[in-house]
Amino acid sequence: MNKNKKDTKTKVTKSRGQFAIVLLSFKRNKLAMAGLIILFILFLTAIFAPFIAPYGFDTTDYDNTFQQPSAEHLFGTDEFGRDIFSRVVYGSRLSLSVGFIAVAISVVIGGTLGAIAGFYQKQIDNLIMRFMDILLAIPQFLLAISIVAVLGPGLFNLMIAVGISSIPRYARIVRATTMTIKGEEYIEAAVASGTNDTGIIFKHILPNCMAPLIVQISLGIADAILMAAGLSFIGLGIQPPAPEWGAMLSGGRNYIRGWAYMTYFPGLAIFFTTLSLNLVGDGLRDALDPKLKN
Amino acid sequence: MSKYLVKRIGYLFVTIAIVSFIVFMMLFFTPGDPATLILGNMSTEEAREAMREQLGLNSPFLVQYFNFVKDLVLHQDLGTSYITQRPVLQEILEVVPNTLILSFVAIVIAVVFGVALGIISAVRQYSLIDAIVTVFAMIGISAPIFWYGLLMILLFSVQLGWFPPSGFDTPSQMFLPCLALGIQSMSMIARMTRSSMLEIIRMDFVKMARAKGQKEVWVILSHVFRNALIPVITVIGLQFGMLLCGALFLEVIFSIPGLGRLMIESIKMRDYPVVMGGVFFMSLCVTIVNLITDICYALVDPKIAKS
Amino acid sequence: MENNKLLQIMDLCVTYKTQEGLVHAVNNLNLEISDKETLGFVGETGAGKTTTAMAIMRLIPCPPGKIEKGKIFFEGEDLLKISDRKMRKIQGKDISMIFQDPMTSLNPVMRISEQIMEMILLHKKINKKEAYAEACKLLELVGIKKERADDYPHQFSGGMKQRVVIAISLACSPKLIIADEPTTALDVTIQAQVLSLMKDLKDEFGTSMILITHDLGVVAEICDKVAIMYAGSVVEYASKEKLYLNPSHPYTKGLFNSIPKLDTDEEFLEEIDGLPPEPTDVISGCAFNPRCPYCMERCEKEKPGITYLDKEHYVCCFLYENK
Repeated sequence: MNKNKKDTKTKVTKSRGQFAIVLLSFKRNKLAMAGLIILFILFLTAIFAPFIAPYGFDTTDYDNTFQQPSAEHLFGTDEFGRDIFSRVVYGSRLSLSVGFIAVAISVVIGGTLGAIAGFYQKQIDNLIMRFMDILLAIPQFLLAISIVAVLGPGLFNLMIAVGISSIPRYARIVRATTMTIKGEEYIEAAVASGTNDTGIIFKHILPNCMAPLIVQISLGIADAILMAAGLSFIGLGIQPPAPEWGAMLSGGRNYIRGWAYMTYFPGLAIFFTTLSLNLVGDGLRDALDPKLKN
Repeated sequence: MSKYLVKRIGYLFVTIAIVSFIVFMMLFFTPGDPATLILGNMSTEEAREAMREQLGLNSPFLVQYFNFVKDLVLHQDLGTSYITQRPVLQEILEVVPNTLILSFVAIVIAVVFGVALGIISAVRQYSLIDAIVTVFAMIGISAPIFWYGLLMILLFSVQLGWFPPSGFDTPSQMFLPCLALGIQSMSMIARMTRSSMLEIIRMDFVKMARAKGQKEVWVILSHVFRNALIPVITVIGLQFGMLLCGALFLEVIFSIPGLGRLMIESIKMRDYPVVMGGVFFMSLCVTIVNLITDICYALVDPKIAKS
Repeated sequence: MENNKLLQIMDLCVTYKTQEGLVHAVNNLNLEISDKETLGFVGETGAGKTTTAMAIMRLIPCPPGKIEKGKIFFEGEDLLKISDRKMRKIQGKDISMIFQDPMTSLNPVMRISEQIMEMILLHKKINKKEAYAEACKLLELVGIKKERADDYPHQFSGGMKQRVVIAISLACSPKLIIADEPTTALDVTIQAQVLSLMKDLKDEFGTSMILITHDLGVVAEICDKVAIMYAGSVVEYASKEKLYLNPSHPYTKGLFNSIPKLDTDEEFLEEIDGLPPEPTDVISGCAFNPRCPYCMERCEKEKPGITYLDKEHYVCCFLYENK
């Protein structure tokens, strides 16, 4: 009878896996879950934009310019009579794709550089990381501006500019994690059993970088979207008439006296997007790194 | 300490040198013909060729870079604007005070309030004030600065009429942009202070200080805060670069003649020497601030000072 | 009960609120210590030893921790009832504490002289210069050259840091020192040095000491009395000799059986079956009953009270109730 009791006890304590604990801890975080729900809605909006938007994003209607928000035009209309709600809905496609693609660019380049630097260390490490440090000396947004200045405005160039300017942060994270993991014994075991360097990097090191990287990616997408909107706001990003939120804000600025609703909605859209990503990122960090949580 | 300082200053020069190279490279590879920009589309090919020769644009890349550095070091010459034909440095120096005032006031606001709110919210963790600070900090880092800058104009200038919506000559004109710029960094600093305080507050030496019979106020200030300051200084240093970029938006929104606005206008007019001069100048500011950060770091953290 | 007791803990209950639920860290704990006595406080990790120590110092973080009930008498005064201000006069001056990990119990950005002086200046009416001289004297006392007074903690090894912590704890000649596993984080060779230093200084200063440990060897070396703790309460309390000659509680017996003996040739050590209870579990009856080889039906329903086997030896177990 005593034995039975003991067995059940040990089972209860040991049954939860690492992933389950992280998931549970994330689910308990109400703010993070709220962020995830907002993000999910945003994704649905972007995917089903043509079905959600009542008008086309560039459908002009010169009889109905400067309409205050109403049942017909939820967010009102702009100076060309375009429906702001529809434009905001379509804008989610632009912002999310810029955010995700730009971050994908920087994660792939930055991650590879970081892994190489951390894995081989010595001169290669020195070379790569000094270069990263110098990129960091130019403020990120300024670097993006300079790149756009060279490449010219436009969606594609915007992705590249934002992507390149955030390479250093991913390189740093991956490098730091790689260096920690490289010292672990199971890597030595893999080396001893003849696995080649690429195999070790892809099979052992990169999977272990995932936790810190995912957190940084989530926060990084928020930053990338802010940056892209900022560049468009000052006229260096996506150009009108494309329904980019930052560009829409810039347009609304001219009509701030009298037609303030034109600045409300695109701004709110940017705000909720970055907010949701920041909340998710914070939640992930707390869940993955219990030591930081209280 | 002095060794550390020498190393850091050496590092500053290396960084400046490489930034100058990157800036020049960008200048070199930007599309468009400077001679055409200067002389206009109606000019003759001979005139343009003469202009290129005069600008030294026909020399190889490295020769051009060497001349660029020589002018920069010997004559503090960042080049000449294509549009106004005036020295870039002069154009920059005319507008830079506004940018620096804006950034400086904003960082003071951000540090004072950010650190204070961070401390309060860490000490009263889970209290109402902690919740409020956390929510506001989250809003502060998520909301785009160019959006709430506009909202502030809308509320304080258009609706209430308390502050003018543009210009940067009187304190009342400066108030809104400085506040708007400060809010973003304040949020970051408050978050960092809070989490760093919370990490330290659980450590044994804090319990030890309490076990000595030390008053809680002093435990927090002399033990917890002094340790929490180390990561906070890093964030403050990093904030400066962000602030300069944030200032750029506010200069646009509040029509302030500053470095950021000068650069944006120059990009639109393809006046690349001014753009790259501006990039170089800002990077220089950031690098100098980083040096100051490193020095503060050494003053706070004995591990650096001694090694 | 006699009045020469320096510290007397009665029915102390401490709980912590956690995400998993309410944790009863300390459950109806009774304990006492006399002048100049060393009490060994033994138990597994999570048994509530540190919580008890923090409760005595009144350093339980609240929330999430809460002292539900109980009394802690120190020189006849209930520490749980006095004002914060009065408590601060006792903390450090009358009761001082040595923490488990010397690596983290010194402030990394303060010189060690400052950290010792802080203690002195808080409780003694002397100026900074005198306090500095005293700090140097204390350092020499614990075997550190006074030239190193202006160094920072990172310049010391773990054992040296613990010496500094000991110097701080002795700075005001306290009546009671609570040492929370002071040697666990140190190398074995350093452990012995630090322990003998503590023993010598304790005798020299004439202080009482509560030594929290899970190492019965350490107890044998320097303690007078021993309290065995399991799941938040003391299950057996006796003088060292009586406990070692006659361990009575099944848990105590288990602990002793798990120590290798030098005089017999054993192939396997006996272990105690099972694991300590999850902190949030509330076990009805005796907390040890799921692991107890002598478990009776009664043990699962009732909580055993204190049974005195001897004048200074009590045990909480039904096995001894009728003897």
